[in-house]
Amino acid sequence: MKITFPHMGNLYIAIEALLGELGHEFVVPPKSSKRTLTLGTKYSPETICLPLKLGVGNLLEGIELGADTALMVGGRGPCRLGYYAALQQEILYDLGKEINFIVLDHPKEDFTRLKSQVVPLVQKGGLRALAKGVALAWEKLKAVEKLERTAHFVRPREAKPRATTQALNRALQELRRLGSIRDIRRRCREECDNLLALASTNAQRPIKVGIVGEIYTILEPFANLDLEERLGYLGVEVFRTVSLARWLRNNVILSSLGLYRSWKLRINARGYLRAPVGGHGLDTVAQTAALACKGYDGAVHILPFTCMPEIVAQCVLPNVSSDCRIPVLSLVVDEHTGETGFQTRLEAFVDLLSRQRKGGAGYEPACLSWS
Amino acid sequence: MSRPVYLGVDVGSVSTNVALLDAECLKVVEKVYFRTQGQPILSLQRALSQIAGRGQWQVLGVGATGSARRLAGVILGADVVKNEITAHALAALHVEKAVQTIIEIGGQDSKLIILRNGVVTDFAMNTVCAAGTGSFLDQQAARLGIPIEEFGEIALKGRHPVRIAGRCTVFAESDMIHKQQLGHNLADILAGLCDAMVRNYLNNVGKGKEIREKIIFQGGVAANKGMRKAFESALGTEVTVPEHYDVMGAIGAALLAAEHLQSSKRTSFHGFTITESVYQNQSRDCRDCPNNCELVDIVKDGEVIASWGSRCGKADWGLDQISREASAFSAMMS
Repeated sequence: MKITFPHMGNLYIAIEALLGELGHEFVVPPKSSKRTLTLGTKYSPETICLPLKLGVGNLLEGIELGADTALMVGGRGPCRLGYYAALQQEILYDLGKEINFIVLDHPKEDFTRLKSQVVPLVQKGGLRALAKGVALAWEKLKAVEKLERTAHFVRPREAKPRATTQALNRALQELRRLGSIRDIRRRCREECDNLLALASTNAQRPIKVGIVGEIYTILEPFANLDLEERLGYLGVEVFRTVSLARWLRNNVILSSLGLYRSWKLRINARGYLRAPVGGHGLDTVAQTAALACKGYDGAVHILPFTCMPEIVAQCVLPNVSSDCRIPVLSLVVDEHTGETGFQTRLEAFVDLLSRQRKGGAGYEPACLSWS
Repeated sequence: MSRPVYLGVDVGSVSTNVALLDAECLKVVEKVYFRTQGQPILSLQRALSQIAGRGQWQVLGVGATGSARRLAGVILGADVVKNEITAHALAALHVEKAVQTIIEIGGQDSKLIILRNGVVTDFAMNTVCAAGTGSFLDQQAARLGIPIEEFGEIALKGRHPVRIAGRCTVFAESDMIHKQQLGHNLADILAGLCDAMVRNYLNNVGKGKEIREKIIFQGGVAANKGMRKAFESALGTEVTVPEHYDVMGAIGAALLAAEHLQSSKRTSFHGFTITESVYQNQSRDCRDCPNNCELVDIVKDGEVIASWGSRCGKADWGLDQISREASAFSAMMS
């Protein structure tokens, strides 16, 4: 059994730690690239969202490298993603690639089914390896997010252009090698200090922007055309409202135990949305309102084309924007997104924010649209 | 004696515009409007040599904007490289302090910029579709065999504008042909086309935006009187077309340069001699990863002065400095 899995940002670092600890052979597919997208687009339905297309591409590239099993999340999820494992299996089957799928559902939905999927994963290493693997993966995931957060802080302040991104990539590759929780923690601290050392000491207070929207397009730099980096180079400190570690803790672990309720989100979204509308729709609305309260200069809303939950959120955002006085830029991405137009809008948005900050009182914030 | 001026350059999809502003009063001294014709460097050189030939200039600062702003920035040695939206907004504010809405329609872009109290608060740009932009009007004028300059005059004569489906240019063209074959006269069809373009603009770009007076209409398409009239009747209010409507982007870029140079040192302008240099750009495919980025080297007289196009950042030099300066500039402004 040789396992592969679709990419989502730097999540692969955690997954490979888990699979390695469980004693499986695995293939990390090449990072999403134009080739991945071309493959994925060719074999996916036209109007499906970008996450599926890139996922299909990743799996195909993994199969090329000898994988015979795919690891995917499933579940009767709040958006189409829950169905993507089945859909990807069908697509690959039609291409004559009969590979096994291990689909991890939400524990609360169908525990027996989840168990039947996990058993072949765990058989080799046993429960002890599972415990260690999960702990290691969890620690790595947290370390990755901490490093990324630090990079977001440093990038607008960096003394030498592009040094942050290089240092971050180096640190992430270092992290992959480590095999004990203590090493990971120590290394993460060291690398964060290294990153912070790249910031120039006399930097001005940068513009602060929060990123809201659909989780995959936020986390996968290839899907969002390196949104966070672009903003960083424009002198913007980026705050990612989505954290995978937090999401897993709240929506998988705590919610399976019946301990997580989305009260906070609901309170923040009060007056705009009363119920989760699927995916991260409620999160987007709630987080945008929360960003305004926290004094952010603006919010960038990113979503894949045809993403239903985010379209609902997009329709609500103009009201949040004008009530809470926070400018919002909505960006829709898919395989047709042009780089120049993307960059022009970001630059104009950042100009708008910096001029508003300079202009002080008397401005009326508005929701910017991609249209 | 040479006159101190600020130089603004806007290299867009269809036109290359250059404006010179007097360093004292910031009024337009000279302007050039050139068709880009797919050759941004050559048209920039031509436009510059024309400007250079009209007097003795001492250039204090240079700003570049438009879709080829990076390229223009590197070639000119621009002090500021800025996006079109900011440039257009600044230029309109310079002309009319009380402006609250800017309608800008260029070759392939249409933009709507909303300002309140002299600060941009909102903008929108066309995305998936170029219906209603200059290129389409150009194309239709060519198809009907009328010079684009006369398009507006003829459209103004239309007494009963026919209704044309304006959502998609291909269907708009079919609809126009259909109306012609039915025997409608040219003026009514052109007036109808203007109405359709305006309707499309207000529905797509202007969706959900509050369009308040005073409204400024600029960009190449503002030359078309038919379009202006159609906007006025759709919005039920007066729409102003500024004197230098066609080079507003360039004026904005020059103003940005003026603003920038107030606080800093000397200009990095390479001088008008760049019109004599030979630029031979080279494209190459990077094979280091599966992204296969298409890289471009900007070669001036046999020497590579800039190179870009990579996703990973390894071939992004030459402009890094510019964008850095620009961002340092916005930080400074804040």
